[in-house]
Parts: sequence; C-alpha cells; structure tokens
Amino acid sequence: MRLEVDITGKTYSSAAGGTHEVLAPVSFALQSGEVGVLIGPSGCGKSTMLRIILGLDRDFDGHVARPPQARIGMVFQEPRLLPWRSVEQNVRLAAPDVTDAKLSELFKILELEAHRSHFPGELSLGLARRVALARAFAVEPDLLVLDEPLASLDDALAGRLRDEIATLVASRPVMTLLVTHSLDDAVRLGDRLFFLSPRPARIVAEVPIDIPRDTRGEAEIAAIKASLAQRIQDGRAERDIS
Amino acid sequence: MLRLLSFALFLAIWWTAALFVGGAKLPSPPAVLNVIIAEAASGALFLHLGATLARVALAFVLAMSLGSAIGYLMGRVKLADRLGDPWLILLLNLPALVVIVLAYIWAGLTEAAAIAAIAINKLPTAVVTLREGTRALDRSLDEMASVFAMPRWRAFRHVVLPQLAPYIAASARSGLSLVWKIVLVAELLGRPNGVGFEIGVAFQLFDTPRLLAYSLTFAAVVLVIETALVQPFEARATRWRPRAA
Repeated sequence: MRLEVDITGKTYSSAAGGTHEVLAPVSFALQSGEVGVLIGPSGCGKSTMLRIILGLDRDFDGHVARPPQARIGMVFQEPRLLPWRSVEQNVRLAAPDVTDAKLSELFKILELEAHRSHFPGELSLGLARRVALARAFAVEPDLLVLDEPLASLDDALAGRLRDEIATLVASRPVMTLLVTHSLDDAVRLGDRLFFLSPRPARIVAEVPIDIPRDTRGEAEIAAIKASLAQRIQDGRAERDIS
Repeated sequence: MLRLLSFALFLAIWWTAALFVGGAKLPSPPAVLNVIIAEAASGALFLHLGATLARVALAFVLAMSLGSAIGYLMGRVKLADRLGDPWLILLLNLPALVVIVLAYIWAGLTEAAAIAAIAINKLPTAVVTLREGTRALDRSLDEMASVFAMPRWRAFRHVVLPQLAPYIAASARSGLSLVWKIVLVAELLGRPNGVGFEIGVAFQLFDTPRLLAYSLTFAAVVLVIETALVQPFEARATRWRPRAA
C-alpha cells in the first residue's frame, strides 16, 4: 500500500471576502511500514493538509491517492471522543471488528483497564488522548494519522505514550503520518521527516533517517538532532542573507 | 415532600375560596371528589379520558416523528431550509382554532380530521427545535465518524442522536403541553366524546363540579405522564453529563 500526496494548492475565502493561500504545492509519498513526520510552525496549514489527505476536505487543487480500501485510524489534536459513550464503547464503535483479546491488550498497553466503563467527561486530558490512541489502533489501520497526539502533556507522560506509539506502530505494517512541533518526537518516531515552511506551507526539506527505529539509541538520536538543528540554523542563515 | 406541601397549600386556598364564593361558582374539594367518584363508577370518566389520551398519543407521535424528520432535514440541507422556512413561519403563527375549524370543514367531523389538526399545531414547534438542534451538531464528531468510516446508521445512532436527545426531550415536553391544550378545543368543537366534549357539556349546563372534576382528573393524568415518562427520558438522555454542583 502506498499513499501519494500531490497537492498543487489550496485557498480559502475568508468571511471578509479575501482569498488566502493555505497550501503551496506539496507532494510526497509514504510506503507501508513507514512513519512520515510533518514538522512545521503553528498555523502553517498542517491540519488542512491532513484534512485533505483524509478526504474530509475535497475543495483543493491536486490529487491524493489513498488505497480505496485502506482503513484509517486517526488521532485528532483534541481527543474527539463521544461524551455520551463509555471508553470501551467509544473504541468499539469505531472498530466493531476488534476482538476482546485485542481490546484488552490495547487497554493494557495504554493503561486504560480501570477506565473501560468511564465516560470521557470523567477522564483527564492525558487519559482521553490515550483512549483516542486506543481507538485509532483498534481499527488495525492501514493508514494511521496522528495530529500532535502528545501536545499539552507533561514530559514524562508524553515520553511513555511516545514509546507506546512506537511499539504499536512497529507491531504491524502501517503507513503512519505524524504531525508534531517536537523535533525530539520526530527523530524518535519518524523514518522520514518533512519540514514545512510557514503559511502557505510547502516542504522545505525532506530528511530520511537511515537508522531503523528500533536500533536508534540515545547517542544516535542526539546526533541526528544535532545535525538537524545545524541544518535548520544554516537554513535560517541562508534565508536571512537572501 | 415540598411538592406535597405545595399541593396541600393549593387545596387549602381552594377550600377557603369555595367557602367565600359559594358552591355554585366554586364547589369545594369534596364536592368535586364526589363527582369524580360517581363518574368513575359509571365508567364514563375512563371512556372520555381514554378517548382524549388516544388522540393525544396519536397526534403527538405523528407530529413528533414528522416534525423531527423535517427539522433534521432543514438543519442539514440548506435548500430544504430555504424552501421550508416560509411554511414554517406561516404554521407557527396560525391560530390553533383556525387549523381545527378548517380541518373539520374540509375533512368532516372525523377522528382523522381532529388528530391531523392537533398534529399540525404541534408540528412547527418540533421542526424549529430540531432544526436548532441539528444546526448545533458538533462537526468535529461528524468528521471523526467519517474518518473511521462508520456506517451511516451507526453514526446517526451514536454520534448524532445523542446530541439531538436534549432537543427531542425539550420538544416533547413543550409539545405535550401544547397538545394537551389543543386536544380539548378540537374535542369541544367536533367530537362526541373525550374530556373536551364533557367540558363543553358541563359549560352549557353551568355544571361547575362536573367541569372541575374532568379538568382536574385530566390535569392529574398529565402530571403523572410528565413525571413518569418525560422526565425520566430527559434524565436518561443527559445522564452522561457531569452533574452540576
């Protein structure tokens, strides 16, 4: 399976009557088993891009080729759970085919066993985000989209959840698209990093990471981050000169 | 407990007022109770109450289901909203009496005409409430359902319907009280049975105890249905909300 994104542009008309360019031409592709990471400043159009890729926004120029039968698992920026259904029902409604064993395993990994019958209103944000993750993984997706799944969580929890995401992603062949601000998350989870410009977004740099995810130690991660930071610095310097 | 106290206060005021005004205009509670018992013993009370309740039930179900469907459609589809809006405003402002009289003239003094007239009176308020509810639906949850490829019916049942439930409950509540009021007028004007018919007869004979006997039993039935059916439904529909402190 393969996701091919070839957006040639996206504009929208504001209430005031002006037209705004949200996306410049953007194109990239993602293979099964690969984790692509979109990194860019806030408000650069990442969420718009995700909406187009997911088929929620059809009003754009270009083409997105998604395998038609691909199952999608999505973790939105906000958890987007159904407040009137329990945690377990929220997961089962999105993934009706999930087996009891699989569900128990997921809840165990994400430490949600105690909250199965709770309503989302009774959960902290961290827990609600974990439910959203459980829901996305329970559908056994072919395409997994994570829109800043770790934002606004404390470092310790974010780190644990990131490890859990890594475990889950490694457990099956899935095309994963992760949107994040955090270079750390990107380097730890990603196979290919796409750096985006401020609005209208375009891909400034595409950086593959050659070391397989599971063999990256702390030293390698630090080295990759350092070299990326250097590149970003250079990029800024170049831009400032020109 | 407080409810009982408030009811006792009502009885006390009634009784004292009856003593001052005199039995012909305002009979005392025991006098009315006697009539209720007599009517119940002859079976007439249950016959008339039953007839009225059946009409209420039919008209209410008809208006609620049709009104909810139209309101949902108007909330979702802009074209339907534009087309339906003038009709809605017309129906909302049409006096109940006009609808009832016209229904009897056009369809005859029939059961169908009565029920249709009552339903038409309730319909527009159901449409308005449900349209408002549909407009307030959370788009982000629709998107979630669409991304996870939920089948239409499942998404409607688990994503849309729970959001509409408070609106349906509100509409049922206000609608029921509207139907209670209108059904009596419809019966008074063109039906040979029901509480409205009996009240008409009592009015012609200036039979105040009988009038009060029927109105109060009717009010009691309304109260029971409100507390036994409508309020539990409302509570169930909103049970997932964290309790207000």
